[in-house]
Amino acid sequence: MLIKQISIFVENKPGRLSAVTKLLAENNIDIRALSVADTKDFGILRLIVNKPDETCEALKKAGWTVSLTNVIAIGITDAPGGLSGVVECLYAANISVEYMYAFISKAEDQAYVILRVDNNDRAIEALVENNFTLLKASEVYDM
Amino acid sequence: MERYWNKEIECMSREDMKKLQDERLVAQVKHVYANVPYYKKLMDEKGVTPDDIRSTADLHKLPFLTKADLREAYPYGLLAKPLSECVRIQSTSGTTGKRVVAFYTQHDIDLWEDCCARAITAAGGTKDDVCQVCYGYGLFTGGPGLNGGSHKVGCLTLPMSSGNTERQIQFMIDLQSTILCCTPSYAAYIGETLHEMGYTTDDIKLKAGIFGAEPWTEEMRREIEKSLGIKAYDIYGLTETSGPGVSFECSEQTGMHINEDHFIAEIIDPDTGEVLPEGSKGELVFTSITKEAFPLLRYRTRDICVLTREKCSCGRTLVKMSKPLGRSDDMLIIRGVNVFPSQIETVLIEQGYAPNYQIEVDRINNSDTLDVNVEMSDDKFSDMVKDIQQKERELAAAIKTMLGISPKVHLVPPKTIARSEGKAVRVIDKRKLV
Ligand SMILES: [Zn+2]
Repeated sequence: MLIKQISIFVENKPGRLSAVTKLLAENNIDIRALSVADTKDFGILRLIVNKPDETCEALKKAGWTVSLTNVIAIGITDAPGGLSGVVECLYAANISVEYMYAFISKAEDQAYVILRVDNNDRAIEALVENNFTLLKASEVYDM
Repeated sequence: MERYWNKEIECMSREDMKKLQDERLVAQVKHVYANVPYYKKLMDEKGVTPDDIRSTADLHKLPFLTKADLREAYPYGLLAKPLSECVRIQSTSGTTGKRVVAFYTQHDIDLWEDCCARAITAAGGTKDDVCQVCYGYGLFTGGPGLNGGSHKVGCLTLPMSSGNTERQIQFMIDLQSTILCCTPSYAAYIGETLHEMGYTTDDIKLKAGIFGAEPWTEEMRREIEKSLGIKAYDIYGLTETSGPGVSFECSEQTGMHINEDHFIAEIIDPDTGEVLPEGSKGELVFTSITKEAFPLLRYRTRDICVLTREKCSCGRTLVKMSKPLGRSDDMLIIRGVNVFPSQIETVLIEQGYAPNYQIEVDRINNSDTLDVNVEMSDDKFSDMVKDIQQKERELAAAIKTMLGISPKVHLVPPKTIARSEGKAVRVIDKRKLV
């Protein structure tokens, strides 16, 4: 149920993101989802890709500061109450959401949300109990 | 029990030492004035004559010598003896500007080696020791100085010079070296290599190391002591004053005793040249009172130190200098506080960061600002903004503890700090542009 997300430390400067995306393209890596957290000084680029371990290696080799984090992916159209239902469910289970971002699958025209929480095991337990559909890692990577 | 090479001098009473310094200084000033036209001119310009110098209390009247003087006087301009009486030259590596060439009479060599013998003895060395000298030999003073000191003490001396580390370790094992003399970075490398070769400290007989010629931290000392199973002693010196052995560490390891019978140390304000009281941080200035061929008076070392006369547990009464805290050329005055980039570097290493950083000083609304950019390392990185900001705050707090002023710390991606000619630009002082 856990998806590997790649985070990259980037300068908050134009052109930094394109350097990453170019490197991924050269390595035939497909991006499934992407989000950027920005501050005045730096940015954290978060990526879901088809081949996370390989991508991580390629980025490290190119000198980027990279980390892998386990996150949860969930489909929202078929979820009771949509996104707010997810948030309420986690809140009720006393789980903090550090951040989240949405993406859409091309093939199925379906919206998904990536969730970064403080406790993956308890979050999965709570979501499954409340009948939310969690995506398997392979489903996301091969999307 | 503490050993001394020359107990009479090393433990001499303050009054006797002052008397000795007074006599030697007066004679030295006369010698220099009579034999070094370059320095005579500086004294004449300042309106000082040898008669004005009656004791160390008059030292401040003498003009300073700087590296620039040494360059201008290159090669013979500061020579105080005929070349026919000189037996040796040594020289600096010349990484910045023209090299410095220093001359020695046989007497100068004897005194220099005697200073090194004091350092080796303070590190526990006796005639029963095997002393492996892996400082470079040649123009560099490290090898010849410690080699000579080791001979004086009567150690079996291994004149290895630097390099060929596996051979160094083979000799160390086969000939049972007990004392190692080299730069601290080379000592750390020997330690690493020893373990990589599959040996442990049980395979060697080393007990002490005498390390100098480059800056090193307390943390590095602990690492070397652990990896080689020794006690590591600091030694200080510079080619301009003779070489290693101007000062040396004792068993207390809290600073280096200066050989005051040969060198008078002063601490000055690097901006005004004013002599500062004991305990102040400032630029170290040396006056050689026994050297014959190349006697520099009030030579500005550019090293920033603190001197202390607090009683030392080793029994020596020689004044102690701190490890150089930085170079006066690098000193920044921020909000009235003296700041050295090397202090920030020390904090970074202590906090587990690579020393890749850049300091930006600016003046905004008549107040100085200090920004420190530090390159992020893989193990400090997190996918969450708040974690990174927390790391920045922790680092800022550690720097504040060291400097006394608060910086703003910015973690930046690796290799984003501007480099010129391969070297990172450490300081950007925007105040100078205004
Ligand atoms: Zn001492």
